Amino acid sequence: MKFSESWLRTFVNPPLAARELADALSMGGLDVEGIEPDRDDWIFTTKPTPNRGDCLSIAGIAREVAAVTGTPLNPTEVKPVRTALTDRLSVTLEAPQACPRYCGRILRGVNAGAGTPEWMARRLTASGIRPVSALVDITNYVMLELGQPLHAFDAAKLKGGIRVRYAKAGEQLTLLNGETPKLGKGFLVIADESKAVALAGVMGGLDTSVTGKTRDVFLESAFFSPEAIAGKTRLLNFASDSSYRFERGVDFAGTLAALERATQLTIEICGGAAGPVTEARAALPPREPVRLRLARVERLLGIKLDGIQVSDILRRLRFEFSVVEGAFRVTPPSHRFDIAIEEDLIEELARIHGYDRIPATLPVASPTLLPLREGKRDIAAIRRLLVARDYQEIVSYSFVDAAWEADLAANTEPVALANPIASQMGVMRSTLAVGLVQCLVQNLSRKQDRARLFEVGRCFMTEASGDYRQPLRIGGLSYGDARHEQWGLKGRPGDFFDIKGDVEALLAPVTGEFRPAGHPGLHPGRSARIVIGGVDAGWIGELHPRWQRKYDLPLAPVLFELDYEAVSERGLPAYKETSKFPPVRRDIAIIVDAGIGYRELLEGLRRHQPAIVVEITLFDIYRGTGVEEGKKSLAFRVLLQDTRKTLTDAEVESAVSHLRQVLQQQFNAKLR
Amino acid sequence: MTQDVDAIVKEALAAFAGIDDAAGLERAKARYLGRSGALTQLLKGLGKLSATERPAFGSRVNSAKEKLEAALAEQRGRIESRALEANLRQEALDVTLPGRGLAVGGLHPVTRTMERIEALFRSLGFDVADGPEIETDYYNFTALNQPENHPARSMHDTFYLADGRHLLRTHTSPIQIRYLERHRPPVKIIAPGRVYRHDYDATHSPMFHQVEGLWLDVHITFADLKGVLIEFLRKFFERDDLKVRFRPSFFPFTEPSAEIDMSFGDGWLEMGGAGMVHPNVLKNVGIDSEKFQGFAFGLGPDRLTMLRYGVNDLRLFFENDLRFLKQFN
Repeated sequence: MKFSESWLRTFVNPPLAARELADALSMGGLDVEGIEPDRDDWIFTTKPTPNRGDCLSIAGIAREVAAVTGTPLNPTEVKPVRTALTDRLSVTLEAPQACPRYCGRILRGVNAGAGTPEWMARRLTASGIRPVSALVDITNYVMLELGQPLHAFDAAKLKGGIRVRYAKAGEQLTLLNGETPKLGKGFLVIADESKAVALAGVMGGLDTSVTGKTRDVFLESAFFSPEAIAGKTRLLNFASDSSYRFERGVDFAGTLAALERATQLTIEICGGAAGPVTEARAALPPREPVRLRLARVERLLGIKLDGIQVSDILRRLRFEFSVVEGAFRVTPPSHRFDIAIEEDLIEELARIHGYDRIPATLPVASPTLLPLREGKRDIAAIRRLLVARDYQEIVSYSFVDAAWEADLAANTEPVALANPIASQMGVMRSTLAVGLVQCLVQNLSRKQDRARLFEVGRCFMTEASGDYRQPLRIGGLSYGDARHEQWGLKGRPGDFFDIKGDVEALLAPVTGEFRPAGHPGLHPGRSARIVIGGVDAGWIGELHPRWQRKYDLPLAPVLFELDYEAVSERGLPAYKETSKFPPVRRDIAIIVDAGIGYRELLEGLRRHQPAIVVEITLFDIYRGTGVEEGKKSLAFRVLLQDTRKTLTDAEVESAVSHLRQVLQQQFNAKLR
Repeated sequence: MTQDVDAIVKEALAAFAGIDDAAGLERAKARYLGRSGALTQLLKGLGKLSATERPAFGSRVNSAKEKLEAALAEQRGRIESRALEANLRQEALDVTLPGRGLAVGGLHPVTRTMERIEALFRSLGFDVADGPEIETDYYNFTALNQPENHPARSMHDTFYLADGRHLLRTHTSPIQIRYLERHRPPVKIIAPGRVYRHDYDATHSPMFHQVEGLWLDVHITFADLKGVLIEFLRKFFERDDLKVRFRPSFFPFTEPSAEIDMSFGDGWLEMGGAGMVHPNVLKNVGIDSEKFQGFAFGLGPDRLTMLRYGVNDLRLFFENDLRFLKQFN
């Protein structure tokens, strides 16, 4: 709320300069966002927290200043206006919980064309409200001054008495802002005998509003409960000063005083004569006493406040209290809607006493050591491993363009946002690949020619049950040369196997299975699913040439994505006795059909390997001149070892020839 | 003959000293000490001397021989070490050339901050907790004492999912509820993560980071909240002169609530919110607020990163320009 300092000082005048006053308010809990000079005055901008609807008026802020600074408030009693008419409208409360108090009166013979006085116009302008006409300005002025929203109807346009009721299903009302919302049953309206004439606590209707021709006015000052008003403008998609106050709580003891104040100003400025006040009342919000124990204050705040200090603060806040059985019984005032429990009162004590005066201590806690799960790889360690292998971490938005999701994940039913900030941020990503490829595209446009990127983040998928799966994943991308350009190594484009090496290093000591598999975003012949212990752990592969072309990439990046849960288990090392006897090495070179996979061969060998074979490693692979078309040449190194004795040549030869036989029989291999 | 010995020694020493290759030296050796060398020849004339002269002359020749052998050894050593030096000179590398192989990447600057925050709070015994980013209204609002239509909800511009039942968490506080549903006090956790608000301008990103903290026990006070956060900020910025102040504020899930401001000397910067956990929040997870109490706080790692490294635009963290990111490696 914006207001001029001079206006505030007519209510309370602490011996503080403007800046000091602003600081005192901020440190008391009413945040002063800024103060700016305005001729010989200062304009304050305060930002009350949502629980402090009572600070949305000059009188309320003055009350706060008085409490925080200990300065007395100037008396501002409003004297009732002498009534000169007997005309009145009946008022019926048909929704007494939503509107338990309604005051109204008729004023006749007012001059709607009267000018708004300079002093009022200045104060309104300072508060950011544009003066419109005297009658409207007066209602705004009183709202700013006392916090009570008011409404002025053109009495000639009302038909019969006032009824405060809920809207009928589908009922419509054209409002002052020109909108005609369809009102549901949750909306409270002010109606005359024929129709709704105002949206209660939100905005008046256009048909019954005051105009330059208005002679007779019906002034309304009512209390609408916060529950009845809350959320309504959000449904209507517009804001109103009135609902802003009602949903935060308006002082229900001030309804009549505000009406008197507005009447007084109307007669002063526009002339006319006032009728008697019609007041309808039902049960007002209860103000239950709240117990406040000094021991609890000390236990929660960590400082001791004595009974005298506490009483003094409660008095400054104008809270009524008594002492019962060694505890305070505090009754919150009608302008406060945020005091329901002991802790609410303790906060009041703390802020008026001063947060600054509460010491800063470190708790004495019984020391315990945190768990340290050695068999689980923590995400920080994975990040560091990727960094050590030349990957740069990025953080990209979790919401992406649906088109990219469709391209890279063939995801035609992504998790969609109802209210995205922009259409290209409309769906939740199901793969980190989208952010990585997008980041690559952007950086290539900034003249980078090589990029190695990774991101750690959640991905989002809908399950059959309708619930969401939100796994934490690690995604990587490598583009361009395998290594940065350097004098000592010949440049060479990075390929699938470079990145596979990174993934293997990340998984070590666990070894994943890389199964050839298609992926909508990847080259069908250059991609694999990664399986660990029978569980899908992610995938790796070269970007599909289709997307490479679409995104205008000179080279194809290689991408991988791993599920953190699936790769986080790594077990503990388990000691096995090392052999004291020397290992023997034998090489086996074969020629097989090019279509036979390495893994297939290795598994074939492993299934039949004699016990003394401890390691089989591929050390060469060749296709081309000298090897028949459609064939490839492979060379394996076989290590043989026994834990109990030195192997004899005969034992070694028998084992190796067994392996050769396996290759010949199962894979039709030719020995070289 | 005595003069002959001296002359030969003199001549030989001069000859050896002038030779700088191993083969030449061996040839010179043969000239003086070989079978037909000069000294050997002298020794052959021994028979012509009288019996009394022989021993003295023999010993002179022998000592001359030793002298030459020693000179030869010395010269051999000199030649070898000269050869070695020449070799070493030839093998010398330009050690100022860059090393070969893979370069090193880097962490995102906000990750650096998150890891620092985690490390500092771990040293105080805080464990790290985590939670989903797609949340329900219950965990994001209701359980945190923010029922539907609560005006405080307008503080958060929420992203809703198209299903009408879920939202993107607007803060990391739902992790408090999820954690307390499974653990009883004493509880000491921090929970870092991404959060989302429908706000996009020079100072707001629709996605940003938050770190939630929670310490519940029997006697954790507001004074302790102040102590822990002041200590944290000073350790984080490695500045003991850092000023920190707590301003009364409002969060539905804490009471009393505070805004944390920090100052390096001029002007205050808002660093986050904090407060004593609201009894309604404890009630929602079945904890008796008369028995247990404690504080919760929420810090902005993005802002901490900006202040730590002098970054002036929040949006840079999410643009992923490698030229920006590499500055933090």
